[in-house]
Amino acid sequence: MSGAQASLAISVFLASAVEATEAFTIVLAVGSARDWRSSLLGVGAATVVLAALIAILGPALTLIPLDALRLVVGGLLLIFGLQWLRKAILRAGGVIATHDEKLAFERETAAARAAPRERGLDHYALLVSFKGVLLEGLEVAFIVLTFGANQHDVPLAAAAGALAVVVVLGAGAALRAPLASVPENSMKFIVGIALSTFGVFWGAEGAGASWPGDDAALPVLALALLAASWLMVRSLRRAGSSPAVETA
Amino acid sequence: MTGGVGGAVFEFLVGDDWRTAAGVVGLLTATALLAAASLPAWPLTVVATVAVLIWSVKRAGTSRRRAGG
Repeated sequence: MSGAQASLAISVFLASAVEATEAFTIVLAVGSARDWRSSLLGVGAATVVLAALIAILGPALTLIPLDALRLVVGGLLLIFGLQWLRKAILRAGGVIATHDEKLAFERETAAARAAPRERGLDHYALLVSFKGVLLEGLEVAFIVLTFGANQHDVPLAAAAGALAVVVVLGAGAALRAPLASVPENSMKFIVGIALSTFGVFWGAEGAGASWPGDDAALPVLALALLAASWLMVRSLRRAGSSPAVETA
Repeated sequence: MTGGVGGAVFEFLVGDDWRTAAGVVGLLTATALLAAASLPAWPLTVVATVAVLIWSVKRAGTSRRRAGG
């Protein structure tokens, strides 16, 4: 496995693990507070929609000329990555609250208990699970497809994403509790750096620029973004903010 | 319905800060112009990316602090 392939696999794995952890919390809360059968039906329906999207868009993306694909997908990844990174910097700098799966679970559970109940299929449980898995899964699908298509290795990206989901589900099933010990905020920081690095690299290549050292520029870019982010976190901490915790 | 789907796609891709998206479009356009003129474009791409990030963080930090009083 080349360095670029390893970077791709690690980036997709981490991004997918973060999203899978958040989706797992929603499904666990709704399933345990309401009805497991309806909740799992929602998960199944969302999985079918996501699989169909990947099956249709995956091959379609590989038909686009590489330069155009890299420009568009690199630009989108950069937009996506910079937004992840901005939130991660603001969290680390104490400006916005850090994410806490235990609190997110408690909030989802309280909302699920408060919603009216029905006989038979529980539409609340079905819809909340469906929406949770679909929205978190769309981000995973987007990252898998864009990374995979740009590196001409959709199977590797899909395998890394699937492995992350399996690991998170395995850990969640073993614990039967929200995965509060997953270092989600740190993982989001790393994913923000990875998405932005690949985004700027592919976006510039698609725009016609050449990187000195080709793929060797990737770790240098990542370090530059990491250094800039670290300086911003330090500056925010110096400016002073009281740390907080968020649930969403 | 179409507006709803379009809005959801926009929200998914652009997120809560359209200015970052506009900055990325601007920096890639400038990169393409420099590359088309056979000039080294990557230094501008790197500097502009970091500048967009700093701008975005500063703006968000300032508005959050203002909102928090």
